[in-house]
Amino acid sequence: MGLLDHIGAYFIMLGRVFKKPDRWRTFKISTSREIYDLGVNSFGINAFVSIFMGAVIAIQMYNNLKDSTLPIPNSYIGYVTREVLILEFAPTMISIILAGKVGSYIASSIGTMRVTEQIDALEVMGINPQNYLVLPKVIAAVIFNPLLIILSFFLGLSGGWLAGMVTADWSSLDYISGIQKDFNAYSIFYSLVKTVVFAFVITTVPAYFGYHVRGGSLEVGRASTVSVAWTCILIIILDLLITQIMLT
Amino acid sequence: MIKVESLCKTLGRQEVLKEISTCFERGKTNLIIGQSGAGKTVLMKCLLGLMRPTAGQIRFDGTDYQSMSQAGRAKLRSEIGTVFQGSALFDSMTVAENVCFPLKMFKRTSKAEMSDRVDQVLERVNLNGQNEKLPSELSGGMRKRVGIARAVAAYPKYLFCDEPNSGLDPKTAGIIDNLIREITEEYNTTTVINTHDMNSVLEIGQKILYLKDGVKEWEGYQRDILFAKDKAINDFVYGSHLMNKVKAALQRENSN
Repeated sequence: MGLLDHIGAYFIMLGRVFKKPDRWRTFKISTSREIYDLGVNSFGINAFVSIFMGAVIAIQMYNNLKDSTLPIPNSYIGYVTREVLILEFAPTMISIILAGKVGSYIASSIGTMRVTEQIDALEVMGINPQNYLVLPKVIAAVIFNPLLIILSFFLGLSGGWLAGMVTADWSSLDYISGIQKDFNAYSIFYSLVKTVVFAFVITTVPAYFGYHVRGGSLEVGRASTVSVAWTCILIIILDLLITQIMLT
Repeated sequence: MIKVESLCKTLGRQEVLKEISTCFERGKTNLIIGQSGAGKTVLMKCLLGLMRPTAGQIRFDGTDYQSMSQAGRAKLRSEIGTVFQGSALFDSMTVAENVCFPLKMFKRTSKAEMSDRVDQVLERVNLNGQNEKLPSELSGGMRKRVGIARAVAAYPKYLFCDEPNSGLDPKTAGIIDNLIREITEEYNTTTVINTHDMNSVLEIGQKILYLKDGVKEWEGYQRDILFAKDKAINDFVYGSHLMNKVKAALQRENSN
């Protein structure tokens, strides 16, 4: 299949995903399960990465300010850490990490269902498999990923603060006043818009690759790898486009 | 009853099914047999609506599948039970949830009624007390039986079984075969079984369709197959050492 065939098949799949669910009750149960599998289960890695990255950003900022010939106040450490976290790190980096964790899970679980005839079983029963399997994942990620990203802001900022406490290179007061400096709520909006778009990509692209697996376990593994690579590429491209549209 | 008329299916450049016409009768176990690559699976997929035939018609109790509306097809599919070669149980669900799945999706019944029905069909396939197990905790034979229980839970009119005893030991295979035959009689379903196992043919093959290279080579009843004149079906039936011994015994019996 060529790239255009894949794009066409992806949009055809989306057309079948966004149909009215066969049973609302089953759909609600599936969505809650997906919120747990895709969202709640990602809390740990999200928290770990956010705290450490917040600390690294703050330390690097401090090193740059220290070496600067201009007298830049230490409050800028908090300010820059906040901006970097909100504008880029939390929505993009965390989404790329989720693409690896959640994306590979989606592609391999749907791919395994395909090669073990579970998807055929759904089709034979008259159930729309794309809608039944993919829509709850999309809804779960679109609802829950923004929460993960908001959590990432706070944990990242806490990481920066903790780094200051441990190294004693900057004071709590400087850091907190920097966080509060020139705050623009539009940055949060921009960040959440990106997160929602990335959440859509993180769920639908791996679902597409998983759904179209042909063969056995080897192909499921390949589909999982390819889907993560394509999801990351799309996140980077969409990051550029959204930034161009919303911030320029 | 399912009537197939002049069914053709082409995959790429290869004509996989050529002008197949047959009738699968209600209340009987109808077997599709043939060697690997004969077109059995493709015919089964066409019957299940997973593949669109290139030409020809499939009539379910007189209604042509191709000319049905979306709603008609959805209704028909809710009347079909399928047992897959690899069981195709949903890994994330317990045995009870798997069996209950078609009821949840298609029947407007209370939780208590669904639970009763699940217990009833699990008891029917001799799997009482296995409700909370996951498919990964079951043996191959048990998985097949759960597959059968799921297929019949919603009282299907049509039951399709794709290689129902592949990968099973002869004793378990016999149990599965008998279970399918009993269920067919109990529920009066039109049962279509895809197999290449001669034991199944002799155990439960009430009506048999033999395919060779996509062509209907022979069609008949269990009583006729051992004495069929067609060379191709004879080669298939007596292809194994055991069946050759049966043939020799039959010839001895006839000469006496």
